[in-house]
Amino acid sequence: MNQSLAASPHAHAPVSVGRTMALVMVALVPATLFGLYQFGWPAIFVFTVTLGSTAAFEALSLLIAGRAVRPALMDGSALLTGWLLALTLPPWAPWWVGVIGGLLAVVLGKQVFGGIGQNLFNPAMIARVALLISFPVEMTRFLQPQPLFSAEAPGFMEGLAITFGGQTYDAITGASLLGHVRTELGEGATIGEILPQVFDPLAALLGTVPGALGETSALLLGLGGLFLLYKRVIAWQIPAAMLGTIVLLATLMSLIAPDHYPGALYHVLSGATVLCAFFIATDPVTSPVSLRGQLLFGAGVGLLVYVIRTWGGYPEGIGFAVLLMNACTPMIDHYLKPRIYGRDRRGRPLDYGEQAVNAAPEKNR
Amino acid sequence: MRLFKIRGGVHPDDRKSLAAARPIEDLPMPALLHIPLQQHIGAAANPVVQRREHVAKGQLIARAQGAVSAPIHAPTSGRIAGLGFYPANHPSGLSVRSITLQPDGEDRWHEDIHGVDNPFALTPEEIAARVAQAGVVGMGGATFPSAVKLNLRSRYRLHTLVINGSECEPYLTCDDRLMREQADAVVDGIRIMARALGVPRVMVGIEGNKPEALAAMRRAAAPVDGAAGFATGFATGTAADAPDSERTAEITVVRLPNRYPMGSEKHLVQTLIGLETPARGLTADIGVVVHNPATAFAVHEALRFGRPLISRVVTVTGAAVSRPRNLRVPIGTKVQDLVDYCGGFAEPPARLISGGPMMGQPLPELRVPIMKGTNGVLALTAAETSRREPSACIRCGSCVDACPCGLVPLQMAAHTRAGDLEGAVSNGLMDCIGCGSCAYVCPAHIPLVQFFNHAKGEMAARGRAKQKQAETKRLAEQRAARMEAQKQAKREAMAKRKREAEAKKKAEAAAAEKAAATVSD
Repeated sequence: MNQSLAASPHAHAPVSVGRTMALVMVALVPATLFGLYQFGWPAIFVFTVTLGSTAAFEALSLLIAGRAVRPALMDGSALLTGWLLALTLPPWAPWWVGVIGGLLAVVLGKQVFGGIGQNLFNPAMIARVALLISFPVEMTRFLQPQPLFSAEAPGFMEGLAITFGGQTYDAITGASLLGHVRTELGEGATIGEILPQVFDPLAALLGTVPGALGETSALLLGLGGLFLLYKRVIAWQIPAAMLGTIVLLATLMSLIAPDHYPGALYHVLSGATVLCAFFIATDPVTSPVSLRGQLLFGAGVGLLVYVIRTWGGYPEGIGFAVLLMNACTPMIDHYLKPRIYGRDRRGRPLDYGEQAVNAAPEKNR
Repeated sequence: MRLFKIRGGVHPDDRKSLAAARPIEDLPMPALLHIPLQQHIGAAANPVVQRREHVAKGQLIARAQGAVSAPIHAPTSGRIAGLGFYPANHPSGLSVRSITLQPDGEDRWHEDIHGVDNPFALTPEEIAARVAQAGVVGMGGATFPSAVKLNLRSRYRLHTLVINGSECEPYLTCDDRLMREQADAVVDGIRIMARALGVPRVMVGIEGNKPEALAAMRRAAAPVDGAAGFATGFATGTAADAPDSERTAEITVVRLPNRYPMGSEKHLVQTLIGLETPARGLTADIGVVVHNPATAFAVHEALRFGRPLISRVVTVTGAAVSRPRNLRVPIGTKVQDLVDYCGGFAEPPARLISGGPMMGQPLPELRVPIMKGTNGVLALTAAETSRREPSACIRCGSCVDACPCGLVPLQMAAHTRAGDLEGAVSNGLMDCIGCGSCAYVCPAHIPLVQFFNHAKGEMAARGRAKQKQAETKRLAEQRAARMEAQKQAKREAMAKRKREAEAKKKAEAAAAEKAAATVSD
């Protein structure tokens, strides 16, 4: 009988790491296509370059480490990292931002830790934060949407020139909503004066606003997130805790001082909030494994995002918040374990005393 | 009835339709039976027959040894062809002590096989003794001697007998068929066991994917007056001395949600009565004893007819089997005989398993025998096993969600992989029931159960080594003390001799002096 004497179980759910990654990518497709459409050819080029470079650096790292390249590349984890990173980049960023981002994400963020599953920090966020600190100008140059094939949109060749030729496009640059509001607040304006001019909740929901390549459409990202929840790729704990915390804090603060603190809708619909809640904070490798731990983790990300946006040195705090909570993940996992069957929370065997024998028979009557 | 929620679990494709529609058939008597002496937890049975001896069906051929053990009986009449070693129904494929029986084709019962007219007139001890004599063991696969569990009432305050008809393992349908076809006999066995345990309440848990079994058992368990068959017999023949409370244990048949591992006895009990069994304890600690429906059937056969446990129902199934069946098989029949009866393999199986796909063991070869605890023979195709090469853990936490015991399998596996078994133990390794839910859902296809089995085995080996060391030390110390005592005794003896010699000398000297004095006088 030529069969392996493998241990049970002898059947397996139809799941794999590759399937998980593929489902996440499927969930990202609508928001990504919308972003690419909104920002035209340069965005398409940056997206392509970023994905290509993460895949290339992954392959290179595996070659250097002497591991099999094909199976590791085929699971799609490197592509997904590149994808998520690309969505957080300014859409008309020069090509080398994507390449350096890919290098940082895959090599520094993942492979030096030992490859998939071993990294402490979210690779895409490592790259985003490192790029933001290193190239603040290129990383904060946002622009009004120029839908593909519209009159103002750059054509294919022009797009090539913007992404690869370093062609400037000063005329149409602008800040992201978060950055703009922050600057205005710093100059003494009140929320009541700023927001009505720049914040249209419907546009922010749909994503027809300046912003990073794939972060703008809260609606499409949210739908993708619901798809992942439905497919049980992610659990509800992290998104719910994160969004809940932000909503709670923003509502509370805007009630206390409406002139200085915008409300919950603004915080949820702008920046990378929704992308983070469903796609970034939920990265399995760098988030806690227990459901209670995930609740704490999500709440922590939400809290830090709000604190950094409101009082920190940067208009957007997603990257920092995620990385800081990533650092807490091992501790959360250590302290927030599920209760073991037949034991109390401290690990001692349950002791019912007399109650078990006396109470049990009547319980179901 | 209100059910209580258990944690975790998985919903594997149950694949029961392959065999569930097939009524139980008797397997034709095979040419040879190889009956292992160790078919139960505890000490192996001790043969009481000689080679070439003729035995009748149901005759004792190996006696139980020690407190936890079970006797073994001849599955049919025939000649003892040999007492020797034969490959075990165990992944190791090692040969174990077995009795080989050559059936004579007459299938003649032993003349001493008699039932009891009214089992309910017996004392609980007498019922347990008869169950023990019949060699009945837990037939759900654990094979713990049933009589030992029936005697728990002396040590625990029991209130409920739970019958585990969940059959949560995918593919298996033997308990389903037995409950459908022999509901009255199963219920009679349940009542007898309830009488032996002295419990007022019985709960029969059956998963919702077995509606026919649920219906049949509900009908059979209905109050005595309307019921037919054995229940009526028991009602009319009830002895006056049995108090009412013991005669009429209230039987509730409960529809369980379909979820693996509903059949884990501690989880089943929690689902039914809402209490967890304390860690390291027995369900008896919370007043519950769990038995399997096939065991109840065996108890019925043993008490009503005096028939020992010599055959069982086995599900032969899997997409690689030509015609999946449920067969009543004499203990000791080769797996090959079952497969042949089912038309052989439709395609070469990717995996052969004894038991269910979630917790069954790989079969080393087809000539190994069916034992008292063998509930299934599975031949799975590659598509059914959906096996893949393991990859790195992505910490997705699926295993944590799936674990019915609240463990963190990925951490236990990481500790085990690093050789830190103490770390695995401190993470709850010994609370793992090995159900395989974690490995079933793992997207990285990591063989988690393999890690845990390895760690458990290694820890057990270390425990034995430690015990041996302690024992050796104790013996060495005893020996040293003994040697010291001997030396001491020798020294004392020498001193005594010396004293005696001196005393003698003195006496002699005194005598000589006396003599001299006398002479000089």
